[in-house]
Amino acid sequence: MVIEQDKMTSLANRMAEHEVKGRSPWADARKRFVRNKAAMAGLIILILVGLFALFGDYLAAWSNEELDYNVMGQVRELGAPSIASGHYFGTDDLGRDLYARTVQGTRISLMVGIVGAAIAVIVGTLYGATAGYVGGRCDQIMMRSVDILMSIPYMFVLILLLVIFGRSIGMLFLGIGLISWLDMSRIVRGQTLTLKNREFIEAARATGVPGWRIVLRHIVPNLLGVVAVYATLLVPLMILTESFISFLGLGVQEPLTSWGALISEGASTMNYGTLWQLAFPLFFFCITLFGFFFVGDGLRDALDPKDR
Amino acid sequence: MTIRPLLDVTDLRVTFAVRRDGDMPWTPARQLHAVGGVDFTLNPGETLGIVGESGSGKSTLARALIGLVQAQGRAEWVDGADLIGMTPRQMLKYRSDIQMIFQDPVASLNPRMTVGQIIAEPLTTHHPDLGRAEVKARVKSMMDKVGLLPNQINRYPHEFSGGQAQRIGIARALIVEPRLIICDEPVSALDVSIQAQVINLLIRLQRDLGLALIFIAHDLSVVKHISDRVLVLYLGKVMEIASAADLYSAPQHPYTQALMSAVPIPDPTVDAAKSVVPLTGDLPSPMNPPSGCVFRTRCPRAQPACAEQVPALMGGDHQVACHFPGPLTEAEIAGARARAQTVPA
Repeated sequence: MVIEQDKMTSLANRMAEHEVKGRSPWADARKRFVRNKAAMAGLIILILVGLFALFGDYLAAWSNEELDYNVMGQVRELGAPSIASGHYFGTDDLGRDLYARTVQGTRISLMVGIVGAAIAVIVGTLYGATAGYVGGRCDQIMMRSVDILMSIPYMFVLILLLVIFGRSIGMLFLGIGLISWLDMSRIVRGQTLTLKNREFIEAARATGVPGWRIVLRHIVPNLLGVVAVYATLLVPLMILTESFISFLGLGVQEPLTSWGALISEGASTMNYGTLWQLAFPLFFFCITLFGFFFVGDGLRDALDPKDR
Repeated sequence: MTIRPLLDVTDLRVTFAVRRDGDMPWTPARQLHAVGGVDFTLNPGETLGIVGESGSGKSTLARALIGLVQAQGRAEWVDGADLIGMTPRQMLKYRSDIQMIFQDPVASLNPRMTVGQIIAEPLTTHHPDLGRAEVKARVKSMMDKVGLLPNQINRYPHEFSGGQAQRIGIARALIVEPRLIICDEPVSALDVSIQAQVINLLIRLQRDLGLALIFIAHDLSVVKHISDRVLVLYLGKVMEIASAADLYSAPQHPYTQALMSAVPIPDPTVDAAKSVVPLTGDLPSPMNPPSGCVFRTRCPRAQPACAEQVPALMGGDHQVACHFPGPLTEAEIAGARARAQTVPA
């Protein structure tokens, strides 16, 4: 058989020329995630809710502070949702536009959830990875103090904080931030312990890579799958916590509002036949929680295909 | 004039403190002697094979030399520095001279990093002032040297076969131009045809770059192929050190002879005809090693004297740690067989 020499060399050259783009484990996971219908639906819902929070204001006919004096006193008759009056979601008890209020509440609730989860991810990951990697006495001290913090009933502390230092959104962030990273640090530490004795960590240590670089370059990237899953499940938990506090009347303060506060108001006027005041905030609340849970599930399946 | 050895190890010991569950904090931990006083020298450009069964302390010895586990004793580098008991900062200087290749080629590569990042890591650790382009050029030339296509620099470890992954491991070890590479069973996770490729690659690189190798394996024929000298380890102690040719043609220690007789020969008629020296029982616990010679509990030639005194490593080029060295007689082999049959398997 005759092989055309020049054709072969040109083929070999072409093969050697281009740098092949590798498929990273992240790219693989993305592909699996996109194939997961429930997760994609959840993601689309979340994107829509996010757009609603960001740009919903531009569609509103009323601002969230204005009172509609025509409606006042006759909310049941005149305050129902209608396109004509500009109250797409109706009005609340005081005649404020519920659409604008829901946009405002969505912003605050999402912010609480995302900030809480972000604190958990950053603090919890670094804390847990450090404790797990260093090990020994340092690990003992770090994890026992987490245990102590966990043993304090957090709802009680949160309520005390809000009562003593006044109800403000900053205090709410602080309180939620204080508790949210504890679970995360435990999960991350456990994962770090399993990674720590893998040969690639040993290889890095043998070469003399400093400890902090091992944590940041070798341990954290291998943990991120677990962290991402847990963080997406943590966001709805944070939203729930905030809503619960607000439902109790301790969370965000008027004129600010959140889903919890809106649901609380809606629930208290349920008997007067103004069901829309409960229905609209509750609808957004529920679809967002579903969205996050579906995305979290999808991420878990995508990042850990073996564990299914 | 004799050449100065690259590495001179004297009385290297690794001891782990073992605590049982339920021990009180004040109960003294029990001592596990993983490596119990090992001496050897390694000349520049030489390959020292280390063989021994599982649990004999081969890997621990390697990890002690590279500073991954705490050890006592002395390991003198060619410039007179003692590698044992250095602070991490002092050790950093020597880490680029001593590199390691690991047993499981895929597990020794970070799955989230590209091949280029993995190979470059020792380089950027030891020469942080190098520019990106320079690092990339060196990585590519090293990939070429170990037989990987340089255009695969952006691929991830899971896209490679075991043999290719081990080549990546070798490239990572070689990129800082070390003088000694410790290979911890580098081929035992690979299949036989790939083993030969990797071994021949190591031999070629060693010849081209003048590397010294410490080659740990439990495959005796692989060790024979690659090593200049071979060290036989049993329960953390050196049994015999000799040149590969000497050790394989005329093993002196009863343990070495038993090991050699167990090597399968790829010819059924020859294999059936050879006389195997069976060893009864398991490796004794390193928590509680036998007194005197550690091999006496399984030795076909054990005498009462063996229990009393630890045999010293003696001899010139062919060193043996045995009170009664020499080839086993037919009677001793027959005795060992008889004992093996009475002990249920």
